[in-house]
Amino acid sequence: MTTSRDLTRRAALTGAAASGAGLLVLRSTQPASATPEAMRAVMRAITGDAPVRKGRVQLDLPPLVENGNTVPMTVTVESPMTALDHVTAIHVLNEKNPQPYVVTVHLDHRAGKAAFSTRIKLGDTQRVVGLAKMSDGSFWIGEQDVIVTIASCLENF
Amino acid sequence: MMRLRALVMATLAVPALAGEIPLAERRSDTLTMSSELRAMQADDAANPASFSVLDGEALWRVRAGASGKSCADCHGDGAQSMRGVAARYPAFDSASGRVLDLEAKINQCRTERQGSAALPMESRDLLGLATYVGRQSRGLPIVSDDPRLAPAIDRGRALFTARQGQLNLSCAICHDDHWGRKLGAATVPQAHPTAYPLYRLEWQSVGSLQRRLRNCMVGMRAEPYPMGSDEFIAIETYLMSRGRGLAMETPGVRP
Amino acid sequence: MARALINVPKIAKVGEIIEIKTLVSHPMETGYRVGLGGEILPRDIIQTFVCTFNGAQIYRADFSPAVAANPYLTFHTMLSESGAFEFRWEGDNDFLLVETASITVE
Repeated sequence: MTTSRDLTRRAALTGAAASGAGLLVLRSTQPASATPEAMRAVMRAITGDAPVRKGRVQLDLPPLVENGNTVPMTVTVESPMTALDHVTAIHVLNEKNPQPYVVTVHLDHRAGKAAFSTRIKLGDTQRVVGLAKMSDGSFWIGEQDVIVTIASCLENF
Repeated sequence: MMRLRALVMATLAVPALAGEIPLAERRSDTLTMSSELRAMQADDAANPASFSVLDGEALWRVRAGASGKSCADCHGDGAQSMRGVAARYPAFDSASGRVLDLEAKINQCRTERQGSAALPMESRDLLGLATYVGRQSRGLPIVSDDPRLAPAIDRGRALFTARQGQLNLSCAICHDDHWGRKLGAATVPQAHPTAYPLYRLEWQSVGSLQRRLRNCMVGMRAEPYPMGSDEFIAIETYLMSRGRGLAMETPGVRP
Repeated sequence: MARALINVPKIAKVGEIIEIKTLVSHPMETGYRVGLGGEILPRDIIQTFVCTFNGAQIYRADFSPAVAANPYLTFHTMLSESGAFEFRWEGDNDFLLVETASITVE
């Protein structure tokens, strides 16, 4: 962990020197271990060998957020929500927060509607993925890119 | 920081400053927020500052200090007696001859009427009471018509327009001269105190107007005034005068 | 001190899809942030939210540190009988919060 943080810090400092941007150095104080690869590994752990198809999962997030501390998010999955054909779980994952997990909800046909709203933290500009598990064992995926900006005036330095 | 520098550079390039915003153009900074944040502010069930209102409502009825009295023992139902009160604060206090903001007035009641200890600035209890009292003015226009406030307003205006700090900025350079423009992705607000205490996403908690002012001063690389100081109360008094007529929105949500 | 706000309709029709809104007061400290003194702020999050109706689980959510402070969750359900909801949040440092709400279904 220490090694990877040192590497991150070194990379950030190099990047900062190259670009002249001091903000990159601030980033190095946050351990950033989630990566697009880590997210895909988590997805594989959830889905196993089951097929994952694109569609049916709609993520609603603001495309550009002023503050990543509280980002409103609504996830909606197309499903008849009957006893025989419904959504059993919805996983929300991300590429660049320290961890790939965001939130998972477990439901069944009695929900009537496979949709929920919550508020999440996004540490950086990244892709957010919604992965829905259906009652037949299949998975559907939807994704959205979100640009996260740093507040112009921080309270503390 | 880079953006602040950019703004400073931009400012230096502007020969004449715009001055105070014409009254007809003054509007709540709620209007520049995303629809999601406006919805969060408008819906009590979604607004995290609702907990602060509920904290204050509970504290309103809690007996405190040597008097053994609660706020409610003197003021009755806060939903009735506190209606419109926060829209008139900071207010001139005849007994002390000073201008008090709402938090200072609550603490004056605590120490002088209830015989209890003052609540610490930014404590959950003080924010709760201020948010609860503020909530009772939601939708009512800010009133600033007491001539005894004039010295505080003048002092607050002078502090608001004075350049200070390592970036050599004044409050007015951002909020009078460049409101509506972008500082990074953020829209520079007109900075009206309509919604305090409010839940700020940056803080992930509820905070007072003084905390916001301190935050701005740190951003300007200026030495912040002490919390509760006459300087901060003067700026608050000026801001309420500057925002007069705008509807109160406590408890607000801001990025 | 109120720690949770629950918004549930008082009355619903059989088979009607209703929306339940929940908001809970909690810092959701991620465990990744650094305090003013340079120390890592220890993780303190809600890990699970479970909603039961008349004793049977109807909804569950697993939260990670990426859920924003003061977790907000709205979801849906359909009911066939009157009864009582129980909402249960559990998390780090033995955090436990239980709230209830009743509904008439006709």
